[in-house]
Amino acid sequence: MIDILPVALFVFFVALVLAISFYFAGKAKSASGYYAAGGSIHWGVNGIAFAGDYLSAASFLGICGMIATSGYDGFLYSIGYLAGWIVALFIVAEPMKRLGKYTFTDALDANFNHRGIKLMAAISTLVVSIAYLIPQMVGAGTLVTPLLGLPHYVGVILVGAIVITIVATAGMTSTTYVQFLKGSLLLVFSLVLVIAMLYRGLSTAPDQGGRVPFPEYRTMLAAEVNGVLVPEDGTYALAEVKKSGSASFAKLIKDGSASWWKVSTKDDHIELAQTQWSASKADGSAIINGAPASKTNQLALVGNLDKIDGKTGESARTGIIGPFKYLSLIGSPDSTVVLWKEAKFVDGTDKVSVYYRAATPGNKVMRPGLKFGLEGTPLERIDFVSLMIALFLGTAALPHILIRYYTVPNPAAARKSTIVAIAAIGFFYILTLFMGLGAMTNGVVNLADSNMAAPLLARSFGTFLFSMISAIAFATVLGTVSGLIIAASGAVAHDLLDRFGKVIKNDAQKVLIGKLTAFVVGFIAILLGIVFKGVNVTFLVGLAFAVAASANLPSIVMMLFWKRTTAQGITASILVGIVSSIGLILFSPTLFGLYGLDPATAPIPLNNPGIISIPLSFATLVVVSLLSKGTQAQRAV
Amino acid sequence: MLHEPAAQYGNDPAFAYKRKLGVRMFSVYALLYLSFIVINLIKPVLMETIIVAGLNLAVVYGFSLIIIALILALIYNRACGKREAALGAGGSK
Repeated sequence: MIDILPVALFVFFVALVLAISFYFAGKAKSASGYYAAGGSIHWGVNGIAFAGDYLSAASFLGICGMIATSGYDGFLYSIGYLAGWIVALFIVAEPMKRLGKYTFTDALDANFNHRGIKLMAAISTLVVSIAYLIPQMVGAGTLVTPLLGLPHYVGVILVGAIVITIVATAGMTSTTYVQFLKGSLLLVFSLVLVIAMLYRGLSTAPDQGGRVPFPEYRTMLAAEVNGVLVPEDGTYALAEVKKSGSASFAKLIKDGSASWWKVSTKDDHIELAQTQWSASKADGSAIINGAPASKTNQLALVGNLDKIDGKTGESARTGIIGPFKYLSLIGSPDSTVVLWKEAKFVDGTDKVSVYYRAATPGNKVMRPGLKFGLEGTPLERIDFVSLMIALFLGTAALPHILIRYYTVPNPAAARKSTIVAIAAIGFFYILTLFMGLGAMTNGVVNLADSNMAAPLLARSFGTFLFSMISAIAFATVLGTVSGLIIAASGAVAHDLLDRFGKVIKNDAQKVLIGKLTAFVVGFIAILLGIVFKGVNVTFLVGLAFAVAASANLPSIVMMLFWKRTTAQGITASILVGIVSSIGLILFSPTLFGLYGLDPATAPIPLNNPGIISIPLSFATLVVVSLLSKGTQAQRAV
Repeated sequence: MLHEPAAQYGNDPAFAYKRKLGVRMFSVYALLYLSFIVINLIKPVLMETIIVAGLNLAVVYGFSLIIIALILALIYNRACGKREAALGAGGSK
């Protein structure tokens, strides 16, 4: 049953966005109007539009989801994403504005006028934009299922169609105001959600304000008789035991129905803990917790505190609570958070995923290490450093962010709009920690898709907040995807066909080709959004950052600060940055998992390529520049 | 063909000052960011240390990195604005 309110708000937002686009359509006749909003956007509006552009599905859906499932490790993305704006402000903002016109390729090529730079920078823009588009489209599909009751692919197609309309009608002007609207609403309603959360406080049996009874998961003792596990409750019979890593799971049968239980040994006794599970059968059907999967039979939402500062039950309920107290109580070593872990194995012809509870001390949840294995192998620690470097250096190299510097009148406005962006984005990222922890402790985490943590948290406060947050989240995707498609349009029409290929004859043709590119890129984005369904969107964006930081940042920084930089050096650096970062990603453990292969067999042991590909790109630029010295005009910034 | 030069702005007499200041402020922030990474690598348990109002080092440091970014940005903007005003530059076209 779909509520009317979410649908009405969704339709209202879409209509508003389309109205903005058609209203500004008249201003997008020239190339300047289409690609750079005529350079006439006020720095304040541009700053919030920056936030609207940057705070993508990864920030809102992905980070909150990752915090909800992995604690503070998800917040590392917030820190890294925000820190990246320091590079943008102090190093990149004014020179980019001063040197560029419509695209970041303009700025990179301003002192060289070299065909290699134009070609490679345009390709890099397309690659990074498409890599960044994937998680946005995945996020869109994730949103429409609970909001409108539509399948994932319908959401992806819907976003694709709307965004193509936004970009094709009024280009950067409509994109700017859509992003401004979305950025403002996202900040306001995220704050409202956090205030509502603090007003509710913490409890060990979150019942969503009395709306949903808190489910209890059963544990029972078992004994080992002649090497066979025998449950204490005689109504259950053991069918088999499966191992996944170091964990063991017992399949028990009761009244002809199967269930999986986690086996653990504590103080000389064996304990069986009830799990949730799903199984994919060979015929394509799915079983959830022993019954066929359906709209009504899905994995139950999870996440709660078992103990709050040593207290349990009703005495642990805090009532209204301040923000610092909220964080300190969850992070207390005397608090226990019930996180859920996933184990996978094959049972006959069924592929089984078992989700089991893992009681985790609050102090472990509120510091890095649950996801990134900071106390693990050297490789895991290198992976963490690699991610943090890519996040720090990636922001200032994202083409769809850099083109926003061309929508303001002058370099000083570029600087000021960056500062507004830092304020807005920083404030939002602080809120992500609260929203993620709120989802973690309010029983709203979807085990099959962590991306829905924030909207589901909103739903625990009633339909209105859920509808607003979901509609804003949808607008979030629209705003970011519009920016990405504009960047891709500029790369094709301005960089490749005009400046590289010299085939564009007039301004109108350049705008027309930009619009046609929007259709093509939008279509590609739709396909990729369907293929990558279910992958955490923050992880995917982290990879896009790594590609941007590897392909673009070395060139931007060296062009600005190293006088011996040559066009050949820049061209080679971008090429090596793209190839090495994507190559490393394609052969990484996570991607091997996506291919259906064993991640342990991946030839590249790192999930985050930045620590290798960024220095490699820098080194390439230096070596090739030195080798090609004297053959190319030097930078003249 | 529309092979136009990139947008041209008048000479900005404050450019060198802004660039130098930007690099210095970037270095300060990069050092703070690097320290955060290093602490997590060398002694992640240190992040559990309660610093203020029941908040541990991880939360305080994380929030500080966000807030300090804004403070540095405001200082930078003020310094650049003052220098631009003094030198009659504004980055205008």
